[in-house]
Amino acid sequence: MAPNRREFLLIAGLAAIGVACPSLARVLFAQADAATLSTAAETVSGITPALKAKRWAMAVSPGKCPNDCRACIDACHLTHNVPDFGNPKDEIQWIGLQPFERVFPGDAYPQMPEAARERKLPVLCNHCDNPPCVRVCPTQATFKRADGIVMMDYHRCIGCRFCMAACPYGARSMNWRDPRPFIRKINNDYPTRTKGVVEKCTFCEERLRKGILPACVMACEEKALVFGDIDDPRSEIRLLLDKELPIRRRVDLGTKPQAYYIL
Amino acid sequence: MKLYDAGKIIAGIVIFLILITFPLWYGKGKAVAPPNLELDTPAIQQLTDKRCVEDTAFMRANHMKLLATWRDDVVRDGKRFYTAADGRTVEMSLTGSCLKCHSNKDRFCDRCHDYAGVKPTCWNCHIVPGEVK
Repeated sequence: MAPNRREFLLIAGLAAIGVACPSLARVLFAQADAATLSTAAETVSGITPALKAKRWAMAVSPGKCPNDCRACIDACHLTHNVPDFGNPKDEIQWIGLQPFERVFPGDAYPQMPEAARERKLPVLCNHCDNPPCVRVCPTQATFKRADGIVMMDYHRCIGCRFCMAACPYGARSMNWRDPRPFIRKINNDYPTRTKGVVEKCTFCEERLRKGILPACVMACEEKALVFGDIDDPRSEIRLLLDKELPIRRRVDLGTKPQAYYIL
Repeated sequence: MKLYDAGKIIAGIVIFLILITFPLWYGKGKAVAPPNLELDTPAIQQLTDKRCVEDTAFMRANHMKLLATWRDDVVRDGKRFYTAADGRTVEMSLTGSCLKCHSNKDRFCDRCHDYAGVKPTCWNCHIVPGEVK
């Protein structure tokens, strides 16, 4: 005897629940397993725990920079095997120095003191909360991590340079040639890049993972660079920013940059 | 039915078939010696339990999949350590872990990759200590 319409719907509904339940349970247990595994792996004895934050950010006080100091740039570029092509057109910069009118262009801050306007400012990736580079990347080679770091996955980068066009800060550089012959001194602890990928500052995520502060922050003897968790009210960066008047680059664009300048 | 220029056409077909099957019969019966992978690096000789991250059969068949998983875990998920099936913990790093033991890339990795005709692009970026100045 064939079931009538109501019986058929009842059977179909019960069958759907029966199919869904075991797979749901499996998904939940798998997540629990993964969580316990990863915590076990991250607390290996004798290894410095990783530095963790809800939201990493950088505070820059260019007023403390001595004239012509390039300590942060040299430290960063040596640590990360950044090549020097000896040609401003092909230049690769993770952190660099730019004149005031390039960092804060237009009439956003027309009445800055002379001293602030004539100084060169350290510029790096702003690790935006709303990063336009991430939105345009067709391969998700650049992505935003949960702790706010805008990360590069060079394995996926196809060199389309959409991110370079999207970034309003010029924080990204393209490897037009094989960078290896142009690296002054190879650091064996960090990979190089290859021809045809875009690179930029990653807030030294490979050092944070090992419990070390970023190379530029540690190289700066004047403490002009302060790095920390901006969501933690007791962090060094928050204590600094709470008593100063920090400004950010091109906030009108809505990218929510996380590099704060104290001029 | 008459086949014009039968001699030329048949000769042409025979030559074509010989050429197109060249890869099939050339080298048939000749055994190419399998690669001789050297495991006698100083780091491996010091190991009491000569065991890679996972067992040899798994590594031989699946090292590329393992490395691809490591790559995604490290770069995309920010993890650092891999827990092997036997409970040991290894840092997920090609230069930092794999090449610490297999410090003879040209006599280990390359020999088998050349034999199998695969060209991994790992080394375009990842550093073989001593190979780049």
